[in-house]
Amino acid sequence: MGAPQACECSYGLETRPCCGSSFCAGYLEVPTALKADDINLQQQANNRLAWRLALVALLFTGFGFAMVPLYDVICRVTGLNGKTNAVAEAVDANTQIDATRWVKVEFLSHTLPGSGLEFSPEQFSMQVHPGEVIHTTYVVKNRTQHTFVGQAVPSVTPAVAAPYFQKIECFCFSQQTLAAGEKRAMPVVFVVKPDMDREVGVVTLSYTFYEVPA
Amino acid sequence: MAHDLAHELPLAGAHDAYHPSGVMRWIQTTNHKDIGIMYLIFAVTLLLIGGAMILAVRAELFQPGLQFMQPEFFNQLITLHGLIMVFGFAMPAATGLANYMLPLVLGAPDMALPRLNNWGFWILPPAAVMLVLPFFLGIFGIGPGAVDTGWTMYAPLSVQSGWGMDFAIFAVHMLGVSSILGSINVIVTIFNMRAPGMTLMKMPLFAHGFLVTAILLITIMPVLAGGVTMVLMDRHFGTHFFTAVGGGDPVLWQHIFWFMGHPEVYVLLLPICGVVPHVLTAFSRKNVYGYKAQVYAMWGIGVLAVIVWAHHMFTSGMSVGGQLYFMYSTMLISLPLAVLFFCWIATLWRGSLSFETPMLFAVGFIILFGWGGLTGLVLADAAADPQYHNGYFLVAHFHYALYPTTVMGAMAGVYYWLPKWTGHMLDETLGKVHFWIVMVGFNLTFIPQFLVGLSGMPRRIPDYPLMFAEWNMLSSIGAFILGVSHLLFIYNVIKCIKGGPKAEAKAWEGAQGLEWTVPSPAPYHTFETQPTIE
Repeated sequence: MGAPQACECSYGLETRPCCGSSFCAGYLEVPTALKADDINLQQQANNRLAWRLALVALLFTGFGFAMVPLYDVICRVTGLNGKTNAVAEAVDANTQIDATRWVKVEFLSHTLPGSGLEFSPEQFSMQVHPGEVIHTTYVVKNRTQHTFVGQAVPSVTPAVAAPYFQKIECFCFSQQTLAAGEKRAMPVVFVVKPDMDREVGVVTLSYTFYEVPA
Repeated sequence: MAHDLAHELPLAGAHDAYHPSGVMRWIQTTNHKDIGIMYLIFAVTLLLIGGAMILAVRAELFQPGLQFMQPEFFNQLITLHGLIMVFGFAMPAATGLANYMLPLVLGAPDMALPRLNNWGFWILPPAAVMLVLPFFLGIFGIGPGAVDTGWTMYAPLSVQSGWGMDFAIFAVHMLGVSSILGSINVIVTIFNMRAPGMTLMKMPLFAHGFLVTAILLITIMPVLAGGVTMVLMDRHFGTHFFTAVGGGDPVLWQHIFWFMGHPEVYVLLLPICGVVPHVLTAFSRKNVYGYKAQVYAMWGIGVLAVIVWAHHMFTSGMSVGGQLYFMYSTMLISLPLAVLFFCWIATLWRGSLSFETPMLFAVGFIILFGWGGLTGLVLADAAADPQYHNGYFLVAHFHYALYPTTVMGAMAGVYYWLPKWTGHMLDETLGKVHFWIVMVGFNLTFIPQFLVGLSGMPRRIPDYPLMFAEWNMLSSIGAFILGVSHLLFIYNVIKCIKGGPKAEAKAWEGAQGLEWTVPSPAPYHTFETQPTIE
């Protein structure tokens, strides 16, 4: 590695191209300034490496964008981030109910201030058995004078409980259109899977109702 | 002859048939010394702008209550302070040092890609304008003001902010491109342009520091570019990368940002890890201790830097397993750092020491950066971090890590090589006065911040409870003292440019390195014939 080097053997008035070759034994090797060809070679070598490094930078830009799906994949595979299922799924009705154990399920509701929406769960808290299919309702009322189009985003805490909180029917992410003054009851059907860690005593389901921009 | 700086600095050589002078010289130059000087002048200018902004902040924080500004304005000041100092001062200053000195320490005639070098620099002034223009427009009532999210630009606030955020996104893009181009140039120069006989393990530590830095930069800056592009898309193109309403996640932004943000602080550190050994060996009149150990340590820091980012996110809802991994891996970085500290101290050990200004700044860096590192361990403790996260303990920690490094370390390098650049020895008395004002001002500013942080004061707040008043007042006084010291630095440098005792080629008695074999001031073109190294 290093710059291609030209040099000359200088002995009296005689000069020959050499550099470490047997021609120069006994002669004085003198490095000369790079000739045009050598400069050209140098520039070509520099440009080649520079383009390769630019490619590396480009690949890492791709990596930055790839972090988006990667993030979801890693969250799903590791169960971190506590993402509960966004799409309702049916569950085996024959799941054993674990009557030896109670789990407290709490319900939260959020709207953005100034949205003009009243949004609350029918029940704020209940005791359930793991394996038991539970029905409950959230009520939303549009107190404004205009139509409200929105969707609700769910979240479950603690994160370790999220994979075990199975929603069979919910209103997650589906767009809801509420006329001015309209009130609607939205059902949530869920089951707490019996194989959830016994140390988890409370699970909280939270919905945030966002307005979807027109 | 008029005594303007363009004439004091090495003149454009008369050997070319056409060689512009005046403004066009600086716009068209591909000479690494010219470009290095431009980077350094740009960096110092932004140091003053970012510093003025934080002095306005400290003036507001001098007493509890809101005296001078509303929170919205305050948020712009602290955000711009962070972005300007990191991207407008610290990185251009390092690039300036690299541009001027890499060819000299490697025995190369110039950087590998001189025209790319020119472009890399000239992207910066427009980028700086883009960043701060909304701030000044906002002062005059035009628009919502500059970006106000904090330099970390967290979602969802970044998605909801005014168009100052859009300007900041474009500025970050341009700053990132400049950084990537400069890094490509540094890497190609180091790999391809070393003097014959200078193997990679014979090149000065200055070059090793910049090699690791440049490789880190080309991996992380593109990721930030991707991230801010996603913010732009969420803001204007209906995507939902970071907004929950569409199934996105604000925490995703934190991952993307800190994947860049953490290695970034080592990008700020490693060039100085390259500069400091040069200064220490010169003023200890000894060879550097542990050359190989320092090289391996720098690489170890570079590799570890990329896998510890989420220690900035301990309170974002991470599982215990995640917290443990990031805590252990973060604490692991203290090992190669300890190796570096040991080697620096061992370089000084039993040396024939003299404390000229560059040495004072280098030793000051070692001591104060050591405090920065140790306080980082407190924060790395995942069990304790929730108490300190985003409080003033953190602010003091990273200022102890960053200021001694990017400012004092860079000043050590500038003071060390100033005789080479200007041909004059600097005014030692003024230099020492500068140093001691920095020591007083810096510690007076930030030690009280450790204390209020431990007591629970959050960061990024324009007003605070009465219990924090006394320490904040002291901190603000210290900040103004520190601010004044920068003016003294600029005066010193200009005075040295204009005149002073003549500097020899080897300006410092114990100085080692190829750069000390060329005359002072260094001619416009150096090492056109590369020396052969045994």
